[in-house]
Amino acid sequence: MKPLAAILFRDMRIAVRVGGGALMGVLFFVVVVTLVPFALGPDLALLKRVGPAILWLAALLASLLALDRLFAADHDDGSLDLILMGRAPLEIVVATKGVAHWLSTGLPLVIAAPLIGLSLNLDGPAAAALVLTLLVGTPALTFIGLIGAAIAVTLRRGGLLLAVLVLPLCVPVLIFGVAAANAAVGGPIPFGTPFTILCALTLASLVVGPFAAAAALRQEME
Amino acid sequence: MRLSATDLACRRGGRDVFAGVNFSVASGESLAIRGRNGAGKSSLLRMVVGLVRVASGRLSLEGGDPELTIGEQAHYLGHLDALKPSLSVAENLQFWSAFFGADNAGLNEPLRAVGLDALADLPAAYLSAGQRRRLSIARLLAVKRSLWLLDEPTSTLDAAAQVRLAEIMQAHLAGGGIILAATHGALGLDDTRELRLADTPPPSFVEEDQGGREQQET
Repeated sequence: MKPLAAILFRDMRIAVRVGGGALMGVLFFVVVVTLVPFALGPDLALLKRVGPAILWLAALLASLLALDRLFAADHDDGSLDLILMGRAPLEIVVATKGVAHWLSTGLPLVIAAPLIGLSLNLDGPAAAALVLTLLVGTPALTFIGLIGAAIAVTLRRGGLLLAVLVLPLCVPVLIFGVAAANAAVGGPIPFGTPFTILCALTLASLVVGPFAAAAALRQEME
Repeated sequence: MRLSATDLACRRGGRDVFAGVNFSVASGESLAIRGRNGAGKSSLLRMVVGLVRVASGRLSLEGGDPELTIGEQAHYLGHLDALKPSLSVAENLQFWSAFFGADNAGLNEPLRAVGLDALADLPAAYLSAGQRRRLSIARLLAVKRSLWLLDEPTSTLDAAAQVRLAEIMQAHLAGGGIILAATHGALGLDDTRELRLADTPPPSFVEEDQGGREQQET
């Protein structure tokens, strides 16, 4: 457990320091969402209808933002060599890095969402449902993103490739996340149906992501 | 404890780097790996710790823990210092010693040994190249492992630090450790054996019979 705790705390510490990704992600999220009312105009009914979708899209893009450096930074400074030599299984180390990344970039989005949602005319119940879907769904985005981050580790412009690789894989999460958030504010389907599928997607990505990412890293270190 | 290699060969990017490398180092011994640029000195060290695949041949560590790979029982000091610029000197060392499973109790001692104890709270971003290297060396002292693989350990170090490193290595050998170092210069150790990597891969490896050719095609 000790090596994993060390990785978790190191990654979170780096994320909140100067040049870390934590603040950038949440600022990007807030800026993108704030721009929407300016683009669409002050139509409250329209904003209310598209609000959950906008917030989910912005969260998806924001959680990809800092992901490309997740393994690339460790690769560039030689840390990845030592991590591969460590006694902790690489899959678990990768999962721990994912958790650290979500805690420092995903969780702030979940917390900021209801506040910034005010500008999209999101009322109490809608905001609560949205926070719940983001809380459950953003870990899936991070863990699917791990795969792309691992594949892009040796590439100089990995960020772009990462987005191209990861965004299509995130489509199901986006669909069921937005569907659940909409269902909570009087959609035709009950909230539980899409929400359960969203939970299932997250659980699946928590398992598949670390294994796929670890395999990609091993392949690339050859 | 004895690290031995038999008929070790390395291929990288479809190119034969070296072949037929044999060595055997026991506790308390050191081996300096020499050769021109590109002869495969770094590749050999990375191969021992498991970061480069063994193309053919055998590596074994007698007297080690059979449950662990050689890399899991070794320290590797590469070209890169594996330091995070936004973390302080002490935090960087703390991380690696926790990651490699040592307790944080005695971290002042390694820092003092490399002369960085006064800079413990300074972010690693402000360190010079030589200081960064010394902080990496402190990692070897913070976590006890008997096999040390050092890639150009003296590069970027000033004369005083090179002497200090030689003392550290001598103490490690005296405690029954093993050192493999790829280097162009002198290590400053009392009696070091040399392994010279050939300038060109032996012809037997290039134009081998069926087995060798199959390997080349894959």
